[in-house]
Amino acid sequence: MPPDTLSTVFAALADPTRRDIVARLSVSDATVNQLAEPYRMSLQAVYKHLRILENAGVVSRLPGPQPRPVHLEIEAFDVMNEWIERYRRQAEERYQRLDRLLATMNETDEEDQP
Amino acid sequence: MTRIEADPTLPIIRITRTFAATPAQLLRAHTDPELFVRWIGPDSLTNRIDYWDARTGGSWRYVSERAGEEFAFHGCFHEIRPDRIVQTFTWEGQPDGVALETFRFEDLGDGRTALHAQSLVDSFEGRDAWLKSGMEVGVEEGYAKLEGMLADGAV
Repeated sequence: MPPDTLSTVFAALADPTRRDIVARLSVSDATVNQLAEPYRMSLQAVYKHLRILENAGVVSRLPGPQPRPVHLEIEAFDVMNEWIERYRRQAEERYQRLDRLLATMNETDEEDQP
Repeated sequence: MTRIEADPTLPIIRITRTFAATPAQLLRAHTDPELFVRWIGPDSLTNRIDYWDARTGGSWRYVSERAGEEFAFHGCFHEIRPDRIVQTFTWEGQPDGVALETFRFEDLGDGRTALHAQSLVDSFEGRDAWLKSGMEVGVEEGYAKLEGMLADGAV
């Protein structure tokens, strides 16, 4: 898995406005004007956020005549999920070692009982 | 089964795992340095305690070594109680990053305890860097171990 992609995705989602944009795009595609509507910021500022999301591969602008709707790229999140799953396996491996240790502690604790 | 959840809106990782042990035993496994190095792993790394003062306000540091390569971790025990440990955690490869970790031991009765571990990192970038630390090693060994268990008919 390319770690740079992952860092870029995480960095792109580190901003509350961009997470809000992603949440709204998860319901349906939207034009830049529709996306900008609820925010108290310039259209230019919204474009800046979209460029960061686009560079991270989180969203894309569909080709065609203006206004081009913005589309959420679900695959970008697969990278994150795969990465989290790898971390989960590592944690599980660690806890299986703890299982074995606790089993030996159980035996010792029972021996200590009068 | 280890359950894991990465919060999408906060740089938090939550892990839940149930053990056949009492809360007191889990607390000991987390606070007794001799027990701790036996499970924190991975197996290919040798863990050496540098200092370890497991009490509220104490501090800890350990070094993982493999083939001359060292990874060091340190932090403070903010609070230790029978059902709860709160501590800070820094991987020295990313010295500006610090995670706030909470381990909660939930007594399920019948000698079973649920461990609820939560790590709050100071940024999404920090969570990224922190999760990656030492990951390659652990994952490979996890697969190797699972293959062995499958071969033995243990799974």
